[in-house]
Amino acid sequence: MTVLVDKNSRIIIQGFTGKMGSFHADEMIKYGSNVVGGVTPGKGGSKHLNLPVFNTVKDAVNETGADASILFVPPAFAADSAMEAADAGIKICVAIVDGIPSHDMIRIKRYMRRYTKSSKMTLVGPNCAGIISPGKSMLGIMPGHIYKEGRIGIISRSGTLGYEAAQQLKNLNIGVSTSVGIGGDPINGSSFRDIIEKFETDNETDAILMIGEIGGPQEVAAGEFAKENMKKPVIAYIAGLTAPKGRVMGHAGAIVSAYGESAIEKVEILKECGITISKNPSVMGDTVKSVLEKM
Amino acid sequence: MDIHEYQAKKILSNFGVTIPRGGIVYSPENAENKAREIGGSRWVVKAQIHSGARGKAGGIIVCNTPLEVAQATDKLLGKKLVTNQTGPEGKIVNRIYIEEATDIEKELYLGLVFDRSSESIMVVASTEGGMSVEEISKEKPETIIRSKIEVAVGMQNFQARELAFGLGIEPDLIRRASDTIIGCYKAFSELDATMVEVNPLVISKQKQILALDCKMSFDNNAMFRRSQVSELRDKTQEDSKEIFASDRGLNYVSLDGNIGNIINGAGLAMASMDMIKLAGGAPANFLDVGGGATPEKIVKAFKLVTMDEKVKVILVNIFAGINRCDWVAEGIVEALKKIEIKVPLVIRLAGTNVEKGNQILKESKINYIEANTLEDAANKAVAALNK
Repeated sequence: MTVLVDKNSRIIIQGFTGKMGSFHADEMIKYGSNVVGGVTPGKGGSKHLNLPVFNTVKDAVNETGADASILFVPPAFAADSAMEAADAGIKICVAIVDGIPSHDMIRIKRYMRRYTKSSKMTLVGPNCAGIISPGKSMLGIMPGHIYKEGRIGIISRSGTLGYEAAQQLKNLNIGVSTSVGIGGDPINGSSFRDIIEKFETDNETDAILMIGEIGGPQEVAAGEFAKENMKKPVIAYIAGLTAPKGRVMGHAGAIVSAYGESAIEKVEILKECGITISKNPSVMGDTVKSVLEKM
Repeated sequence: MDIHEYQAKKILSNFGVTIPRGGIVYSPENAENKAREIGGSRWVVKAQIHSGARGKAGGIIVCNTPLEVAQATDKLLGKKLVTNQTGPEGKIVNRIYIEEATDIEKELYLGLVFDRSSESIMVVASTEGGMSVEEISKEKPETIIRSKIEVAVGMQNFQARELAFGLGIEPDLIRRASDTIIGCYKAFSELDATMVEVNPLVISKQKQILALDCKMSFDNNAMFRRSQVSELRDKTQEDSKEIFASDRGLNYVSLDGNIGNIINGAGLAMASMDMIKLAGGAPANFLDVGGGATPEKIVKAFKLVTMDEKVKVILVNIFAGINRCDWVAEGIVEALKKIEIKVPLVIRLAGTNVEKGNQILKESKINYIEANTLEDAANKAVAALNK
């Protein structure tokens, strides 16, 4: 999806010289992503993976024309790095890191309110697998080769469940336009609604597969948005039918604490919004296929 | 992370909230002395466990003499209390809080949580204190008042005043009530809390505003900068298998079924549990070994799942991405050299180098059942159970 990343996206890695940053920068470069450098405060002026290292995101943007970034900094410093990216004029930032305090996420989102809609950075994550537009660019940590190029948009909280979906689609010879991991935290940069809205206007996407889970209001908010505003079909699977109430299931955000947050309740509400439900996680691909056949 | 009532009260009192006089004790002798030290003529003996609804479970006893306080403490210490929130196994009472009894005129509810829709902090209050917030929203929803707090500027006096007036508090006490509400807000925002609940918040016959029972939970992700809060963790209140898991970087939740799970990724783990249920089985646990599923994590995961005596079948479901299936398979083979598995084992690998991974498993001569899809894995696990 060209509204998030494409072949021309100029990517920098924040936390470039660390173990995680180095490994995934290399993977992204191998996939064909246009990585132009990285930021590690204090190491500016050196080279890493044959690319320039900068002290600040501003320096990196000025020197390389970077417009996309991916964060591999430890959770304690992640909020600061995301705000630095927003301030330097980065357009899309993916926060991979798991473990950012919720109070920090609220702080980032309040900070970003100072920007007008057109100059505001899109933040995806944290605690996510990132973004891939197969054949074009990967701004994430997913195994790129499981994604076939095509016209289905995927939005998933979970990384591995998103991979599962991409593989099921590939086995049915169905490809993906863009897959976005929005992450498992209670407060995240982009919601399901934010991303399906982008898919609706993306001329490379025909239908959207939304993979949600228990906890929080976001799946329902996306369903209500789709009902009012979308022409493209939306298919959804909600994980966590067997999850007990009040327990955190791995993802900090995967906890049922109010009405409408359990898997059964979400499925009911989404059905009422006209969304096609994948009955179980083994038939996500088949459900997309049957919707495509009706189009 | 949850803390005890007495710890939450201590924190709130540091933020200007008034609490009844009290103290923590670990023995009946201690309790008798503590009651005398607190003074007065009536005391409440409160079992400290990480659960609400302690009163109905017999964990709160009102006493009229220091001797009764000692007897009540003796009765509760070391006991397992079962409430509607603890599960059937209950929680052990290791600490007792002795508190002066309060002459209650009115009971109110005050709670603070993250509101995930507005991404702000929501203060919820009601005149129906003493009931759980779920009960209030079911039975007396019209009494609930809410106030959304802009975190960038914090809670303002007028917002606290509006809540206080909304609760019908008499004019002389409004100032005190709003200070109490703001104190709770400050504790929430300054200590990385995820929940503060004062229930009931009471107005006493002596016209004091007191936090009679408190609960606080904190963001585990923020404990790196809250050492004073993280010190309050009481591991005796947690499931021993869950402690084993969290100490080893695994995400584990103990459940009631008998199919043990080892899965990478929280979403895939929940999805696999769903498939088990649809296949007619029940998961014994949620276990996410992390997206990477390193061999070390897999060894630890096998150890953890085999600790659970309920487990009659083990299901491994790994979607290997950057880490390849052959590497994951080697990890599984290594793990099974160290740990003896006495129950049927179903393994489903998917993703990068899946053929190579399955080949390694086959050639290793480990005793297992191979599965190809999520559905296949769940069906085979349930079938193995019924054999």
